[in-house]
Amino acid sequence: MEAVESHLRIVHGRREPRPASPGEPPLTELTGFGMYPRVQGRERLSEDLERITDGAVLTRGLGRSYGDASLPPPGGAPVAGSPLADRVLAFDLGTGLIRAEAGVTLMRLNRLSLPRGWFTPVTPGTHWVTLGGMVAADVHGKNHHVAGCFGEHVRTLRMRLADGRLVECSDERDQDLFRATLGGMGLTGHVLEVTFQLERIATPWIWQESEQVADLERALERLQDAGREWPFTVCWNDLLADGARLGRGLLVKGRWATAAEAPPAPPRWRAAPTLPFALPSWAVQPWMLKIGNALNFHKHGAGVRRRIVHPETFFYPLDVVREWNRVYGRRGFTQYQAVLPGPHGHPRHRRFIETLRAHGGHVYLCVIKDCGAAGRGLLSFPKPGVSFALDLPIGPETQRVSDALGEFVAAEGGRIYLAKDAFTRPEHLRAMDGERLAAFDAMRRRWDPERRLRSALSIRLLGDAP
Amino acid sequence: MKVALLGATRGMGRAVARRLAERGDTLFLLGRDVAELERSAADLQVRGAGGAVAHAVCDLLEPGSFAPALDAAVHALGGLDAVVVSAGLFASQEALEHDAALRARLLAANFTNTVLFCELARARLLAANGGKRLCVFSSVAGDRARKPVILYGAAKAGLSHYLTGLDHKFSADGLRTILVKPGFVKTAMTAGLPVPPFAGEPEPVAAAVVRALDRGTPVVYVPGIWRWIMLVIRSLPRAVMRRIQF
Repeated sequence: MEAVESHLRIVHGRREPRPASPGEPPLTELTGFGMYPRVQGRERLSEDLERITDGAVLTRGLGRSYGDASLPPPGGAPVAGSPLADRVLAFDLGTGLIRAEAGVTLMRLNRLSLPRGWFTPVTPGTHWVTLGGMVAADVHGKNHHVAGCFGEHVRTLRMRLADGRLVECSDERDQDLFRATLGGMGLTGHVLEVTFQLERIATPWIWQESEQVADLERALERLQDAGREWPFTVCWNDLLADGARLGRGLLVKGRWATAAEAPPAPPRWRAAPTLPFALPSWAVQPWMLKIGNALNFHKHGAGVRRRIVHPETFFYPLDVVREWNRVYGRRGFTQYQAVLPGPHGHPRHRRFIETLRAHGGHVYLCVIKDCGAAGRGLLSFPKPGVSFALDLPIGPETQRVSDALGEFVAAEGGRIYLAKDAFTRPEHLRAMDGERLAAFDAMRRRWDPERRLRSALSIRLLGDAP
Repeated sequence: MKVALLGATRGMGRAVARRLAERGDTLFLLGRDVAELERSAADLQVRGAGGAVAHAVCDLLEPGSFAPALDAAVHALGGLDAVVVSAGLFASQEALEHDAALRARLLAANFTNTVLFCELARARLLAANGGKRLCVFSSVAGDRARKPVILYGAAKAGLSHYLTGLDHKFSADGLRTILVKPGFVKTAMTAGLPVPPFAGEPEPVAAAVVRALDRGTPVVYVPGIWRWIMLVIRSLPRAVMRRIQF
């Protein structure tokens, strides 16, 4: 009964801004993972997510979307923060069906389920995400070509709607709400609890194979071949290399190790050190990444490397340092992720990269993954084709690069990932996704006619009033 | 270990209960909201708690609820090895100065009623054989009077004093008293407050508390650095305390 009644949370000290109304938290700076944009917002934090979502404009998890998807609109309307609502409510070890509160992190879920012979059916490239965030972005992973998005494995959602009602929806009950919530960026209601189906695994270890690929076309070709045999595939590419070497990289394939291959002991969980402060914006320069990328490529060597790896090393290589985004400094960074239709190695894939480079975009990190069929989420990102995820430090050229890419992606029949976006213009988004946006708009008119649920992203891209 | 916990549905108590569950201890939850107790019991069960995690209603503002709840715990667990109390109220000094009812509630919950609860828990722990543990969350706010936490700190100072006395009197009888003094820890209780340097996270705090519980450490600061911070603050002269704002 650690009763922190909401009206008690008034801040002492003189420098803090006064709360908007009794009980609302003070204004603090909120950002996504890219640290751009930055907005002043009031974030309610409590274990009692059901209570704090009442009257909130949005629910926010760990803020791991890169741009403005988790940020409130300007004006100080409160957002609910879910990370303290982190209980697992049911876990059937026989069937792998699990129900948990929306704020539980994937890291906690994995460390709970892996030793018990189960794993999340879909994981993004970080385990610092909440279950609610995985639903809101309808995340995909290295197994998209076989498993689809996370939403394909969700059974039911317990939600608080814009009008305050508490409902449970699924593909059988309020299907339109359910499907619009998968990938709906939190704009259809507050996700309170998620029930989903885990995947049975033979051991908690991964059998990994990796190989060099000489250029972009070769990478795409090998990715396609690998997808026919392997459940997990991804390609890391060097887009700072010039000429014929552009897009050279490492193809990584994996599957769960068999009992005969796996080490006898279960994986040990390591605590990741935190990067304690933001580096100066000049600390990381393109030439350093150019050398780093080349070293990474050559260190691997020719030929196929095979080994057993820790599941967290395989799925979350960047999570070895917490808050690594601070290496980009206070200027922040963005990730431009787009999917372009196939076939693999179509000239549009190289032209996409050339467009980016022509406008001065320096890609520090590029990850390529081929997507399988689109899922049932109304606004979900993946569709058949090739997905490019490009990390770009923010600079004066970023808007120009994003505009050029937006035009290109729309013209080529591709689309962008809203969970990563911070710079796309609404007209480009409409050109990519007009029909789906109209359906989403109709759905919001039905469930939230007053548009109480809003985010910085919905104001920028969906025409919501601030 | 058979452990009854008051305040384990939230914050640091939740983290301590999880740590105990993960190593298979048998747990009994005490709290004021049945629905919350049920949800936390399910969570702890999934994490590996031994036996069935049962619960009983126990409201820190209702001393009449203490004895029946503790008896239910002893009965369900088939004995009692440890009692952990992490429940408590928090409010800012400003809010407490302006709201007499809130003031009365906070002082009652954090001092009088916590002591009454501990007296009943002590009796049940001493009735068993030696090696039993009473672990109670006080606060560094009880170590030195400071402007932002005068009333809250006064209640916690009284609580710390009481627990130290229990240690002096009953350690010879086999009762280990573990006085936990958290510094600033990031929980819902401190959400919205400016985060000072050396702020802690609930999970490492829980690890330290469980270690202290196992060893029977009489006083434990969490995170550990707060022992040294408070050493400095305790030694500041009055003239300085009158000027500074923390």
